[in-house]
Amino acid sequence: MTGLQRAGRWIGDHLVMAAGILVLVYMFVPIAVVMLMSFNDNSDSRNVYAFRSFTLDNWANPCKPDGMCDAVLRSVEIGLLATVVATLLGTLAAFALVRHSFAGRSAINTIIFLPMASPEIVMGSSLLALFVSAGFGGRLGFWTIFIAHVMFCLSFVIVTVKARLAGLDENLEQAAMDLYANESTTFWRITFPLVFPGIAAAALLSFSLSFDDFIITNLNAGQTVTFPMFVWGVSQRGIPMQVNVVGTAMFLISMFLVLGNMLATRKRKLVE
Amino acid sequence: MSLAADSSRSLRLTALTKEFSTFTAVKALDLEIPAGKFFALLGPSGCGKTTTLRMVAGLDVPTSGTIHLGDDEITYAKPYRRPVNTVFQNYALFPHLDIHENVAFGLRRRKAKDVDEQVRAMLELVELEGQARKKPPMLSGGQQQRVALARALINRPEVLLLDEPLGALDLKLRRGMQIEIKRIQTEVGLTFVHVTHDQEEAMTMADTIAVMNSGEIEQMGSPAELYENPRTTFVANFLGQSNLIAGTVSNAGSDVVKVDMQGTQVSIPADRAHVTSGPGWVGIRPEKVLIAPEGEPIDAPGNHMQGGVVTDVSFVGVSTQYLVRMPWGQELMSFEQNTGARGIIPRGTAVDVSWRPEFSFLLPASQDVNAGAVEES
Repeated sequence: MTGLQRAGRWIGDHLVMAAGILVLVYMFVPIAVVMLMSFNDNSDSRNVYAFRSFTLDNWANPCKPDGMCDAVLRSVEIGLLATVVATLLGTLAAFALVRHSFAGRSAINTIIFLPMASPEIVMGSSLLALFVSAGFGGRLGFWTIFIAHVMFCLSFVIVTVKARLAGLDENLEQAAMDLYANESTTFWRITFPLVFPGIAAAALLSFSLSFDDFIITNLNAGQTVTFPMFVWGVSQRGIPMQVNVVGTAMFLISMFLVLGNMLATRKRKLVE
Repeated sequence: MSLAADSSRSLRLTALTKEFSTFTAVKALDLEIPAGKFFALLGPSGCGKTTTLRMVAGLDVPTSGTIHLGDDEITYAKPYRRPVNTVFQNYALFPHLDIHENVAFGLRRRKAKDVDEQVRAMLELVELEGQARKKPPMLSGGQQQRVALARALINRPEVLLLDEPLGALDLKLRRGMQIEIKRIQTEVGLTFVHVTHDQEEAMTMADTIAVMNSGEIEQMGSPAELYENPRTTFVANFLGQSNLIAGTVSNAGSDVVKVDMQGTQVSIPADRAHVTSGPGWVGIRPEKVLIAPEGEPIDAPGNHMQGGVVTDVSFVGVSTQYLVRMPWGQELMSFEQNTGARGIIPRGTAVDVSWRPEFSFLLPASQDVNAGAVEES
């Protein structure tokens, strides 16, 4: 083995690993900063971006900043509602698109991707134009946000559930019918349990899309303030440390969900 | 253990037809399958056998015709409203349920009593007692196959449909499962309808075989009947192999039909002659064609045909398979048992061939001589 080859191997063994670690660090530094800042005591400082001293106050009084908890609550409400409605409608649409052939099916399969592909600012402003021209200009708020969120979540739900459903062996449903299960029993005993992981993934995706959305929401919110809008608003004056508390909490919740999902999948793989 | 209901009923298909947008899969099929029989639908892929099975199961709706079980018409009954169960080609076991629950599925839907007890007994029958709590993907192909069988059998259907149930197994396992399924059928006494493209499998397992070709039944009968006395060139070639030699009927009597076959007069029993005038194909199975080097005696009282030359020799263990070029240019197949009485005849040897006329059969010349012939691979 020549020296050059040995050097090449050393690079292969160590440098690639190091690069990988750097990429991971790059991805997680912002989250680490948010977590750190959630313990920052800057009650008498104007410079919000400097870590001064450790405190649990932010976690003990998360609702101290005016209007923040209302905004979080509103975002959660809208998120849950939009998730339920989008998941339900999207799942039904996915079934129709996979299981039935009808005129225009392939066209719809393409159009489904449009809301995902078009810029949010375009979607948001055209929705606003629609609401105003339909006479809802004065009543923008919770419900217009909800309608907007259902709209952009739908595509994601349909695409996710469709993928799962397309992978489902139709023989399984026929076997169930052959074994004395009528249509609804077949659906609830066979189809639904097998498609459920797709539906659950779609629901999680919907919630995080909705909770997180700023551009479309901001254009159609009227006087209503969601959590992203609150953060945007206060960032002009100095972000209260409690925003980091909410950020950290959200991150931990999604971590738990992802981990739980991973464990469930691994368990399923293990028994399968 | 007999699962058959006291009043077993026969399955009757009448003018059953299934048309798809571009072709007719099943053409006016008439078929009666007696209760308690092991019945095989044999044919090449695309011959309509699986479509027929799916119509009986209720998974495909016939275009016309009827399906009766005894006196009850079930042509348009939903799959879950007919006493028929299916073993699917790829088993279609429910991946999210364990073996026990897979087998229990049908009983639970019908709110049966002692479900767990029955499932245990059924798993014992298919020798899978130890696997009850495993999920289907953890089992081997052969085990999954038996689960699929158990899941259907436990419902004591009047008719059990098997759609190429052994297609996914390797050859050795297939042979084992063929005997296993046959044993179970004899034990439970239910009507089995088995769809397959494997003629050996059909002959091993079935009491009665219906040979299907492009949507129609070519011939139906016991394996021996079909093999010894095929009525069409398709059956002659698809079920085993046949030598088909062109000839012309010279005299049709009540007992025998005399045929001029390439200059030799052969007599074919009347019940095996499916043509009584004009040209026809004289058929003879390769193992019935006896062969000996020129001038040596052949142990057969039939016609001797001379002037053959061995062009190919394959030694396959139990037998030796010869190809013999006859004076009229055709190559005949001759399979000889390796009894040890004689050595292998080398290639290029001049030979005589002979066969007992009562083993031959006569088919219409209008039929394609290559119909149903399987490409040897």
